[in-house]
Amino acid sequence: MGVILKAENVSKQYRLGLVGTGTLSHDLNRFWARIRGKEDPYLKVGAVNDRATKAESEYVWALKDINFEVQQGEILGIIGKNGAGKSTLLKLLSRVTGPTTGTIKTKGTIASLLEVGTGFHPELTGRENVYLNGAILGMRKAEIATKLDEIIEFSGCEKYIDTPVKRYSSGMRVRLAFAVAAHLEPDILVIDEVLAVGDAEFQKKAIGKMQDISQGEGRTVLFVSHNMAAVKSLCTRAILIENGEITYSGNVEKVLQKYYGFEKNQFLVESFSSDKDIYFNSVTINDNSNVSKSIYNYEEDINLNISIEINKIQENSALFVLIMNDDGIRVFSAETPLNEFKNNYILKINGGFLSKGNYKVDLYLHIPLIKRFDSLIDVLFFKVFDTSSEFTKHKDFNHGLVFGNYTWIK
Amino acid sequence: MKDDKWLYEITSKHKLLDLNLPEIWRYRDLLMLFVKRDIVTVYKQTILGPLWFLIQPLFTSVIFTLVFNNLGNITTGSVPPFLFNLAGITAWNYFKDCLTGTSTTFTKNQNIFGKVYFPRAIMPLSVTISNLLKFGIQLFIFIAFYLYYASAGALLSPNKLLFLFPIYLIMMGMLGLGLGMILSAWTTKYRDLTILLTFAVQLLMYLSAVPYPVAEAVKKFPPYVANFVVYNPMTQIIEGFRFMLLNDGTFTWFGFTYTLVISIVIFIVGLLIFNKTEKNFIDTV
Repeated sequence: MGVILKAENVSKQYRLGLVGTGTLSHDLNRFWARIRGKEDPYLKVGAVNDRATKAESEYVWALKDINFEVQQGEILGIIGKNGAGKSTLLKLLSRVTGPTTGTIKTKGTIASLLEVGTGFHPELTGRENVYLNGAILGMRKAEIATKLDEIIEFSGCEKYIDTPVKRYSSGMRVRLAFAVAAHLEPDILVIDEVLAVGDAEFQKKAIGKMQDISQGEGRTVLFVSHNMAAVKSLCTRAILIENGEITYSGNVEKVLQKYYGFEKNQFLVESFSSDKDIYFNSVTINDNSNVSKSIYNYEEDINLNISIEINKIQENSALFVLIMNDDGIRVFSAETPLNEFKNNYILKINGGFLSKGNYKVDLYLHIPLIKRFDSLIDVLFFKVFDTSSEFTKHKDFNHGLVFGNYTWIK
Repeated sequence: MKDDKWLYEITSKHKLLDLNLPEIWRYRDLLMLFVKRDIVTVYKQTILGPLWFLIQPLFTSVIFTLVFNNLGNITTGSVPPFLFNLAGITAWNYFKDCLTGTSTTFTKNQNIFGKVYFPRAIMPLSVTISNLLKFGIQLFIFIAFYLYYASAGALLSPNKLLFLFPIYLIMMGMLGLGLGMILSAWTTKYRDLTILLTFAVQLLMYLSAVPYPVAEAVKKFPPYVANFVVYNPMTQIIEGFRFMLLNDGTFTWFGFTYTLVISIVIFIVGLLIFNKTEKNFIDTV
């Protein structure tokens, strides 16, 4: 065991806008700087990678000073929002493109799992493509030949293996592509969001295979996904990338909480957007004795005290509440019509309903399907703990999102 | 494992001479699979299939014979004009296919290059090799016509310098591949070159003594154009080809050495430029 991969101050700069036209002058400028032995003049500029704000500079840092280490045999999850720089990082790791600054050192060979059958030639048969794809990923022909049967069996495409790949469904292509990659023997396997395409049965198979790869064969896997359930079940450690920088790394649970903003445990929100027709004034999460707090025993009632302001009421206006857990799964929703003369609403979540975990509350003021007046998203969180229910004897066993509403008939 | 024992490093700094030949060797199976793919898939779902390899040079030769020899009165000595043209076109086609095939390496393969790493040089190499096979087929048809004309009583005999044939072939490959790799670096960023190249190659053919003997060019062209034709390495190769196979035209050891040196230089320059481009092209393609 030991460090198998190490990234030191890795940064990657991209140019915004149309690359290709108008770059001649920049190229000449760079060239001129280089022959004088000076630094690239465009490296000094460069905005933080935040896709929502307007760019101040023509250049952007997709990744900025990334440092991390990967241990051998680890399954490292890499999570972050769209455009945070995950795929750029994987591109650097799989040597598709080079970093602008910094170094990545590795003690093993790296292979990356292709997206939906890139490298498949549509005119070639499945079997021919297995050879081609395997070779692209760095396998020797003889090596592929010995594994061919296994690969075909894993893909579940036996019947179509001598049919050109252009006749395959997209799911079959992914299966075949994944089957080839899963039978690779690199020291480090890089997987980017590939499981999203297969059906549930195949996803399960693929996750199982990845666990085998890392646990049984001691190989290292870097896994990028938006499927938090998959990250949680697969990864031993995770890093969170935000705006091109690693903001958190460590335990998967912690990283996921950070990703969803749960570490804030926020139970009070006040907003003053008075120009809207209807808007939230304040929301607090209270227990039954009206104390605002964010951590609840599973038996405690949880009260959402919602105060709104109404400037102009419209027909069918309603208050909508959505409770999600930290896997991003929606646990339940609640809705109530608005009354012009009522500003305070209380939603009581009865004790003994939610099982232990972290929860998020999103609130909306709207006319269903027609108009949204105001919303509070990603700002309210609470936590439920459970040390005394009948399920605690199962320790960490996941017994479901909620305590069921059931009776055993005697 | 000690901390400084890394297998390889991915850095922003590139050495100029970092050809990584052992890695290319390790991927040799991929090279052969790409060659196979290129050959097998070109004429999938066509009726005539590989016959297309033959139709194109034959028809071009017929047209050249009609235009240049019948209409333009270019004489080709004791060699039948059709055979003369076929020899030139066969050789030229190999060069042209290598050049145009490799010059778009990055733009054509950006999908796969953007997803996975393998030594990029495998791609242009595979183009050169699969074109070699195509050249072999075309050479075969040339030999068939050669025998036909010989049996029909034409005075044909290969020159004793025929043993230089493989060297000429390698020179052509190196020229095409080298130039193609140089251009590939530029076509990634400036697409104008792709457009330029398609007709530049066409024009270059007429200045490489394909449809006429060099002696005719020296006689009839203005001196600077004639000089361009004579010192164009492709002219030397085409003329050398015809000299070996048909014992027609001129051959000098100076010309041979000159062409060899130019081919090697262009090949090495191409390799260096290609090697530099492959690191970051995906950002600009």
